[in-house]
Amino acid sequence: MAVGLDFNGTAQQVNNFVSVSIQFDKPGACKARGSDLRVHFKFIKMKLDTSGLESTAPFFGSSNELLDGFSAAPFFEVPNTTNFDGFQKEAIQMVKPAKGTTTLAFIFKEGVMVAADSRASMGGYISSQSVKKIIEINPYMLGTMAGGAADCQFWHRNLGIKCRLHELANKRRISVTGASKLLANILYSYRGMGLSVGTMIAGWDETGPGLYYVDSEGGRLKGTRFSVGSGSPYAYGVLDNGYRYDMSIEEAAELARRSIYHATFRDGASGGVASVYYVGPDGWKKLSGDDVGELHYKYYPVTPSTVEQEMVEVAGA
Amino acid sequence: MARYDRAITVFSPDGHLFQVEYALEAVRKGNAAVGVRGTDTIVLGVEKKSTVKLQDSRSVRKIVNLDDHIALACAGLKADARVLVNRARIECQSHRLTVEDPVTVEYITRYIAGLQQKYTQSGGVRPFGLSTLIIGFDPYTNSPSLYQTDPSGTFSAWKANATGRNSNSIREFLEKNYKETSGQETVKLAIRALLEVVESGGKNIEVAVMTKEHGLRQLEEAEIDAVVAEIEAEKAAAEAAKKAPPKET
Repeated sequence: MAVGLDFNGTAQQVNNFVSVSIQFDKPGACKARGSDLRVHFKFIKMKLDTSGLESTAPFFGSSNELLDGFSAAPFFEVPNTTNFDGFQKEAIQMVKPAKGTTTLAFIFKEGVMVAADSRASMGGYISSQSVKKIIEINPYMLGTMAGGAADCQFWHRNLGIKCRLHELANKRRISVTGASKLLANILYSYRGMGLSVGTMIAGWDETGPGLYYVDSEGGRLKGTRFSVGSGSPYAYGVLDNGYRYDMSIEEAAELARRSIYHATFRDGASGGVASVYYVGPDGWKKLSGDDVGELHYKYYPVTPSTVEQEMVEVAGA
Repeated sequence: MARYDRAITVFSPDGHLFQVEYALEAVRKGNAAVGVRGTDTIVLGVEKKSTVKLQDSRSVRKIVNLDDHIALACAGLKADARVLVNRARIECQSHRLTVEDPVTVEYITRYIAGLQQKYTQSGGVRPFGLSTLIIGFDPYTNSPSLYQTDPSGTFSAWKANATGRNSNSIREFLEKNYKETSGQETVKLAIRALLEVVESGGKNIEVAVMTKEHGLRQLEEAEIDAVVAEIEAEKAAAEAAKKAPPKET
């Protein structure tokens, strides 16, 4: 049995069986008895001076003349604001990563098409043009990455482990519904702790093609068309305009590619290579990975045009 | 204070877990229960002790459902059964919540067996004194299944099985007479098996039938009596055919 003492002199048995309180205001020996516990103490003086722990600093900004510019406890400047809680929320928003990327996925007649760009940015600095944003969870399920790259990579890999364990224990593949729910529950338990994940889980299971959007706020949505990231408004525009349920695989791939390209054209945080994956009954397959710069000239080739005025060398002086 | 860390189930020098074996004894003293799997129907039958006059028989249901598509019957300590069934029902719903899918029969059997095993390897607890027969249809594949668990925590799938009192004789009968059946034939086979050890009559058996479309259905006493009557008639006809000398042309 362990006994802990705090400065007020209340002894609590750690195993929750007995609570003993001991008064310390009298010097000299004192005895206390609880079941199975007998305590003897001898003290000279046990009164703690706690005045130093009290804060003497003024709560709002202005210095206190009475303190002669010298305060007993440290204090910090708190900004003059009427909305202290709102200010905290704004500060959190400022550091919140803006999910600079473009990813999209949609279900069509033949299965699921998943596409993403490959640019990673740190503020205004492009840190990489070749990031793999489509993560292969297992041979028949894909996840997309938006938000914190490390968060997405780690949790998708973790999800892959859980999916495999499920397969081994239950002798059948996990459904896309189940996999997305596992991830959503994990992210929900970390809610508010700073994870930044905006992902889509796309796959093919017993019930056919499946597509779910899962984010670090704990949200989970089932749908047929999603785009996530800073470039998503641009991608949605092209995707929603060109989408039809009965498309062939090539048409769908071209639509996905074009949507990513248009997003990378207008959004500074998206760029690099537009990768397109297809998920069918036999699993996923990477269809293409085109540099968006080259895609630009493919869609908008430079045509020689007549020049209105030509500069000619003036002969002589 | 006594701490609950001393195990009750410990190995004997020759490798037996006596508490588990005693639990199996308790099962052997329990009411007979039989399960038969057909191609589209699964039947559970349980021996019912003659109803005490003042007891409300509806409150002593021996065949319970764990979910819409899974049912359980058991032999042994009924109080232990109640606890186990409650935990299994919670697990069925929890599974629905976390993976948005109903449990498969194998999953919930594995869970119940795992629970029974845990109580053979923990401090201060005794094993559950019951063996269960779990039936159901898997979602999506719709294949019928019958599983049995026992106090040691082992489980296996069966085409037909019995547990409880005289389960050996019932199993022998089933081994001799089992064939792939469907619908009413499966019900008849199960009742025939149970009648081997139980006094004849609808009052002494409780039968439940599970189908994919209708889930679990408890048979009324009248229905059971009708099937029993059919079986008796068939038996009598078979006896008569044996006794009468074969007609020679």
